[in-house]
Amino acid sequence: MRTEDLIKAIAADAKSIEPPVARTLAAAVGVGTLIAALALYGTFGIRDNFMELIVSSPRFIFKFILTLSVAIPAFVLVRDLARPDFKPGRHLWWLALAPVVLAVGVTCELISLPADAWEANMVGHNAVFCLIVIPLLSLAPLAAVLYALHRGAPTHPVIAGAMGGLLSAGIAATVYAAHCPDDSPLFLAAWYTIGIVVITGLGALLGPRVLRW
Amino acid sequence: MDRKARDAQWSVWMRAAIAGDESAYHKLLSELSQVLRGVVRRGFSGIGVPRDDVEDVVQDVLLAIHLKRHTWDHAMPLGPWVSAIARNKMIDDLRRRGRRPEVSVDLTEFDIEGEDQQAAIDAHDLDRVLDGLSEKNRDIVRSISIDGHSARDVAERLGMTEVAVRVALHRSLKALAETYQEKKL
Repeated sequence: MRTEDLIKAIAADAKSIEPPVARTLAAAVGVGTLIAALALYGTFGIRDNFMELIVSSPRFIFKFILTLSVAIPAFVLVRDLARPDFKPGRHLWWLALAPVVLAVGVTCELISLPADAWEANMVGHNAVFCLIVIPLLSLAPLAAVLYALHRGAPTHPVIAGAMGGLLSAGIAATVYAAHCPDDSPLFLAAWYTIGIVVITGLGALLGPRVLRW
Repeated sequence: MDRKARDAQWSVWMRAAIAGDESAYHKLLSELSQVLRGVVRRGFSGIGVPRDDVEDVVQDVLLAIHLKRHTWDHAMPLGPWVSAIARNKMIDDLRRRGRRPEVSVDLTEFDIEGEDQQAAIDAHDLDRVLDGLSEKNRDIVRSISIDGHSARDVAERLGMTEVAVRVALHRSLKALAETYQEKKL
């Protein structure tokens, strides 16, 4: 086929354009969050005194500040990485937000708790459950986010995949936080981080395989 | 025309195209194809890539521009976005050839070449897929591209609605773009 003929065919198809990729991503995040929330709250429920905690417990509130400090910068990065001309470079500094938030939370906790209570707070009540459930809850958001990225035109598939993983794990951790009976920042630092890192790594592995276009 | 003005013109055409202006889109794609031809030829120089293969890559990039244009941010100039698409496609092509995928693409480096004979040269990859389309879809693509008929004329001739013709055309273009994907496996 001659290029000038192909151009005629493409030009005749001017009207068929997909929705902006940011909108597709937002829908994917919505669907992924909904599935994760239904899966967890439909089986294990949320904390009994959720409403009371959300107004009165700084530790409980901090869990959401931390998980959203993971999810929100990751969302912005994924949205930008879906464009071919985006250069991640210095924007990756946004990822420092969550570690800084966590460090502040852990410091406050270490100051406010006596040293002999540190270990019990870090070990918590259900570390194993947390380790398993955060990655599991990440899977539906991860599939949805990678699908949205695939509709875009990412040119850094490893980074885009990793950020997709981070966003999914951030969503899963936010959903899980409402169920999780452990509120200490020490617990978050010890256990939430593991699931988040694992799913980020999974995203990095999947990126080059599923984000070709 | 200086480069900044040219890029601004491209952005204007692309915005018009996204709003449905087929003739602005045709102008944009024609001009981009000429620039891309120079870019691909130069990016592949010294590698011994045949002329027809250069045209395959140009067509691959044009299809990607078309199918991914929703990822262009209207507030940004079009040139760097096109460069990024072209670079990605050239890297893919070099990787298939087992070359180190290092390509620099800067559309501002290239002026439009005076002659444009290559546009009349067949690229073969697309023909292979064209043959794989259903008879009706192949007819639609050929009528619109090679014969230059409008979607409405084709619809009338085939007794279809214009919308159905447009849908078939869009699906066919996607199938054409996927040929290159298959080559990557």
